[in-house]
Amino acid sequence: MTLADETPVIALTGIAKTYGEGETEVRALQDVNLAILSGEFVAIMGPSGSGKSTALNMIGCLDTPTSGSYRFLGTEVGSLGRDQRALLRRNYLGFVFQGYNLLARTSALDNVELPLIYQGMARTERRALALRALARVGLTGREHHHPSQLSGGQQQRVAIARAIVTRPDVLLADEPTGNLDTARGQEIMELLTELNRDEGITILMVTHEPDMAAYAKRLVQFIDGRVASDTTNPAEIANVS
Amino acid sequence: MFLETLHLALQAILRNALRSFLTILGVVIGVAAVIAMVTVGQGSTDQVEADVSKLGTNLLMIRPGQGQGGPGGASSTAASLTLKDVDAIQDQVSSVNVATPMNSRMMTAILGNTNYSTNVTGTDNRYLEATDWAITEGRDFYDSELRSGTAACILGETVRKELFGSSSPLGDVIRIKQISCRVIGVLEAKGASSFGNDQDDRILIPIRTFHRRVAGNQDVSMIYAAIREGISTDKAKVDIELLMRERRRIGPGEDDDFNVFDMKQITSMLTGISSVLTGLLSAVAAVSLLVGGIGIMNIMLVSVTERTREIGIRLAIGATERQVLMQFLVEAIVLSLLGGLIGILLGLALAVVGSNMLAIPFAPDPVIILLAFGFSAVVGVIFGYFPARRAARMNPIVALRHQ
Ligand SMILES: Nc1ncnc2c1ncn2[C@@H]1O[C@H](COP(=O)(O)OP(=O)(O)OP(=O)(O)O)[C@@H](O)[C@H]1O
Ligand SMILES: [Mg+2]
Repeated sequence: MTLADETPVIALTGIAKTYGEGETEVRALQDVNLAILSGEFVAIMGPSGSGKSTALNMIGCLDTPTSGSYRFLGTEVGSLGRDQRALLRRNYLGFVFQGYNLLARTSALDNVELPLIYQGMARTERRALALRALARVGLTGREHHHPSQLSGGQQQRVAIARAIVTRPDVLLADEPTGNLDTARGQEIMELLTELNRDEGITILMVTHEPDMAAYAKRLVQFIDGRVASDTTNPAEIANVS
Repeated sequence: MFLETLHLALQAILRNALRSFLTILGVVIGVAAVIAMVTVGQGSTDQVEADVSKLGTNLLMIRPGQGQGGPGGASSTAASLTLKDVDAIQDQVSSVNVATPMNSRMMTAILGNTNYSTNVTGTDNRYLEATDWAITEGRDFYDSELRSGTAACILGETVRKELFGSSSPLGDVIRIKQISCRVIGVLEAKGASSFGNDQDDRILIPIRTFHRRVAGNQDVSMIYAAIREGISTDKAKVDIELLMRERRRIGPGEDDDFNVFDMKQITSMLTGISSVLTGLLSAVAAVSLLVGGIGIMNIMLVSVTERTREIGIRLAIGATERQVLMQFLVEAIVLSLLGGLIGILLGLALAVVGSNMLAIPFAPDPVIILLAFGFSAVVGVIFGYFPARRAARMNPIVALRHQ
């Protein structure tokens, strides 16, 4: 292993996120320290409201911490401007949202193509990549359906296709199987495992389901905005409840 | 890069067809209303000016009394004008080319079973020259007829048509009150005046005939004086006023008890009215422009929730603020241009129809067209762009969570 390999892709140090002020103040995250290396497949679990989404949004450069340091590939994200953070999202990160967040009245294909448009990719090339990504999540034949014409699980898969179409270094997925039955959920997990194993994509996935978490190689548990446990022990991961 | 932005903008426009249509509609209504109204208003002003210039701006009208504001406002306490006044103006005021007396009354003209109520004017054979009118059929009054007060009459085209239809009236006798009157001529058709009344709806008879057989007195209610070529209206007016003051024995320091109007005054009065009307129309149009603008604003604000989320999505997957804003700007510009162009075409079409119906010239004004277009474009761009700018400056997650 080289030294460069040991530089964490993601390094959170003393991260805190506070919403509101005074009476209504909510400490969504407190003193979060987390280092994630390239190629890891991490499951994040924890009770509802424990700060999982908040942490993931922060890592995805969609939100900024109230205090603490966040380094992405060694770069302090807090010192980057808005445009630089946009470029980070564009070129390194793929995000699967808890609520899909697809563009309404826009075909699955156009939705998946969108990140490539912002990358400035030529039309034919991005079309081919988008079709391949849709095929990968098993949506061949649905390319021209609008989100409202797709089931929840299918929308979820369009969202995953959109996140992986740019071949990001890091894939952040907020409950990617939350709306799927077990069989479908397992398909998605196998897809993620494949992406992680074959393409070396680092994956952070928030989930409520122990079955899904079992696919990961590392498990981080949040409680009340803090990291309560962090393990790579397969036995612990398999027995989480 | 620009092509991609255009592509994204067009995609967004088509995706939200209803919203796009309503936005365009706002612009269309605003632009069309302003262009149609202002064009029609301008056309009617042009029409009034053309009418008045046809009347002749070299004509002065003298009336007894010190009325204000126009030829109808004279009071009756002042002594009437007389035929001697007419002769004096004709002979002694060198700046006047011709002076002609007038006295008129609404009366019924009868031919066989046909009755027709019209304006009967007593005058002389300088009337046609003063009013720049002509006879199409027959002849003017002879001096002898004027002196003796013969019952001879000249018909306006409308009267001729009403009484005689298509046959020639020359030599026939019509009855006006108890006067049996021989038709000696027909006036050239002149059409409606700028006051809107039919100038061909009249019968001319010698003034002495009018005095003796209609009025029963020697009054002249108005004198027309046509100014000699090359002499200013003001000079002629002063000349006439001096003569009349002397003739009516008005001492120095006393006010005139007569009035000299010139057509310029009437012209400016009429164009004044017309431009007030144009102003009113423009105000109404401006309101519709505003309403159109508010319509656009409404649509944009209502859609801002959905659009804020859309912006959040775009930012989250790697769009920069600039890319998002460019898309929204292009979108707003495309919609405004489209709406503006449709609005201009619709406005001009309405103006053509309106001008035709009102029989006025079609007078499109490029400045107004540009102004209306510019305003709508600005409204469209402002209300398309600024809410988007606010959203594009949010943290992506805040935009995504926007309710
Ligand atoms: N925009 C916000 N304003 C105020 N409070 C917020 C906001 N976003 C999150 N919170 C609060 O922060 C805390 C953590 O929220 P977060 O969404 O990270 O939870 P979570 O672990 O993802 O929960 P779930 O499993 O239900 O998705 C919660 O108490 C929530 O109420
Ligand atoms: Mg969550």
